[in-house]
Amino acid sequence: MSLWSKHAIFEKNSIILLLGIIVVISIGGLVEIAPLFYLRSTIEQVKGVRPYTPLELAGRQIYVREGCYNCHSQMIRPLRDEVERYGHYSLAAESMFDKPFQWGSKRTGPDLARVGDKYSDDWQLQHLNNPRALVPQSIMPGYPFLAKTELNAADIGDHLRVNSYTGVPYTPEMIANAVMDLRAQTNPDDANASAFEKRYGKVNIRDFDGNPQKITEADALIAYLQVLGTMVDFKGYDEKANYR
Amino acid sequence: MSPMKTRSMTIHEVAWAIPAAALACLALFIASRTTDAAYAFHMYVFTLAGVAAVFLLASRASSGVPATPLQEINGKPNYHMGPVKFATLAAMVWGIAGFTVGLLIALQLAYPALNFDVAYLQFGRMRPLHTSAVIFAFGGNVLLATSFYVVQRTCQARIAGDIAPWFVVLGYNLFIVIAGTGYLLGITQGKEYAEPEWYADLWLTIVWVAYLLVFLATLWKRKEPHIYVANWFTLAFIVTIAVLHLGNNATIPVSIFSPKSYIVWSGVQDAMFQWWYGHNAVGFFLTAGFLAIMYYFVPKRAGRPVYSYRLSIIHFWALIFLYIWAGPHHLHYTALPDWAQTLGMTFSIMLWMPSWGGMINGLMTLSGAWDKLRTDPVLRMMVVSVAFYGMSTFEGPMMSIKAVNSLSHYTDWTIGHVHSGALGWVGYVSFGAIYCLVPWLWNRKGLYSDKLVNWHFWISTLGIVLYITAMWVSGIMEGLMWRAYNALGFLEYSFIETVEAKHLLYVIRALGGGLFLLGALIMAYNLYMTIRSVPAAAGAEGGQPALVPAE
Repeated sequence: MSLWSKHAIFEKNSIILLLGIIVVISIGGLVEIAPLFYLRSTIEQVKGVRPYTPLELAGRQIYVREGCYNCHSQMIRPLRDEVERYGHYSLAAESMFDKPFQWGSKRTGPDLARVGDKYSDDWQLQHLNNPRALVPQSIMPGYPFLAKTELNAADIGDHLRVNSYTGVPYTPEMIANAVMDLRAQTNPDDANASAFEKRYGKVNIRDFDGNPQKITEADALIAYLQVLGTMVDFKGYDEKANYR
Repeated sequence: MSPMKTRSMTIHEVAWAIPAAALACLALFIASRTTDAAYAFHMYVFTLAGVAAVFLLASRASSGVPATPLQEINGKPNYHMGPVKFATLAAMVWGIAGFTVGLLIALQLAYPALNFDVAYLQFGRMRPLHTSAVIFAFGGNVLLATSFYVVQRTCQARIAGDIAPWFVVLGYNLFIVIAGTGYLLGITQGKEYAEPEWYADLWLTIVWVAYLLVFLATLWKRKEPHIYVANWFTLAFIVTIAVLHLGNNATIPVSIFSPKSYIVWSGVQDAMFQWWYGHNAVGFFLTAGFLAIMYYFVPKRAGRPVYSYRLSIIHFWALIFLYIWAGPHHLHYTALPDWAQTLGMTFSIMLWMPSWGGMINGLMTLSGAWDKLRTDPVLRMMVVSVAFYGMSTFEGPMMSIKAVNSLSHYTDWTIGHVHSGALGWVGYVSFGAIYCLVPWLWNRKGLYSDKLVNWHFWISTLGIVLYITAMWVSGIMEGLMWRAYNALGFLEYSFIETVEAKHLLYVIRALGGGLFLLGALIMAYNLYMTIRSVPAAAGAEGGQPALVPAE
């Protein structure tokens, strides 16, 4: 049959084969990815969603570093049991400043998309130190070293700047004051606390790990966990406007 | 023995030595400036690698390695098998390392005390170490070894370049070392199967471009007018992985003195990029690359031509076209728009067809040679791998159906599915290829012991069966428990009750993984004895492959 013999052109020319491969593999990716940068449902802004504070961003780095995403998702699906167990289903806008996204793919532990404000700071600290002290059947590793390790975030301003290059609305003022803001968030009596609050809006300002002597990795991680899923006030959220 | 002839370095050797020296200097400079200890360690590793490369290039000259290797000896191609041998052995070593870490993390899930509350050993860092070690270190070296072997044999030509293939193999393994140690030290991007940070990604990009060029340039030297089907799959694997790697690792480093970078995509766009990458790492790294192995090693071992040339053509184009679309099935019911999820599901289901077309092409190649399954345990291993391929490429499309996925997603069922593909398909086809390659490469009469291959086969098959059945039960059970309601309309189980219920299944899974590891250890011993004590084969290395060039 003649059609089959036409295939010889690919078999005899490596460059034509190469170009054929590139064309064939490009189509699916382009169709599925490109529209996501333009569609309303994927680029919508929802009131309340703000960039992470320097301390929360540093905490997020620890979340990523320790590989929490290997066992915890951050994506509540719109299924009855999930909404009842974890809270309102996750919106695209809620992870719009997440670089990288941490939706996860496995729930060896529970979803964390709305874990913020669910437990006290003290609970979180003790649970990180020894999960089985609070939940005897837990299989989570212990992280006692976090509360003992001083947070190394001298370059946090650079982190904010790099985020701002690609769409996270950190202002020059936020970038310039990043180190001070990070310190201020752990101490309500800090001289910069109110200036910090003004820059970011709704923030938690307190000593997260109960140790005012130093700012530890536990401070940062708990600050991050406590803000997860709390930015959007769903009382004022119009669901019908976002049906897709 | 004649005295060794020394010569001065050739222009090629100097041309390789200069960038190696420059890399060493740059890495040393960064190491002296960074405040991050783990990053400094990595820069010292790069420095050491650059210095070692210069030293090796210089020692080539002083020990009298021919300046330009002969392309042919007595009218037969003078194949360049050094890099193939290295990658084959590296695959075995990394494989055992990766399986061992897998066993450890399986045990950690059953007995959390095994995390020891130490940062370097806990599950969150060991799990990426396991996945990268088995996929990229074990699988990657298998692919380098087989692709360099197959392209030379099917083109009847020595591989392009003398130093370049060594650069590809050694450079790739340097990437593995950087990636693996990075996870332990806490350097990660936090994207599954794409954890290495920007500088490791950059290094891999350089190595990968060299891989593509070496492969293409070898195709250009071919004596056959047609490019053999295995090489189509390898080419698609190399090109697509390059595209995916660049798309999913588009990051901006915080500074050249920091290991940390931020990806330019965020949230939902990043999720789509990630699973476009993630699923096609499965599609092109773990499928297309290993199908190339099937298309060469199964016909060669069975002594029969590939079943259908036309089916090969359909298999190839349909597979690479459809695979790229399947990514969104990892994001069902998430904040990704519905239409994208539906597209992902639809194409995933269609993907079943070319997958089974390929399976049929592989299995039917045994037409007229089925009796060999009784006598040749290596061929049996490869045939069973194709059967596992068929099984997991049925299970995958089924799990991509949204209704099924609403139950299976986030559960151990996914882990079971992945391992039926990874242990059964990728693992077995790799083992089969390595069992073939070692006697061919070291010019041995055969393997040290076919009986040990048999033991390997049955022990690890038992392991796989235990593993995947345990994960099916545990996954479906936890999925059902999460959504169970009591008579009053409340959720029946707390989350921790579902964790508790899985304990025994996690123990069984670890046992299955342990058996798989035991099988691999038997294999390593068998290969060691083959190289050490089996007498050389009479005549030239191996036979000619029983291939029909693609029409």
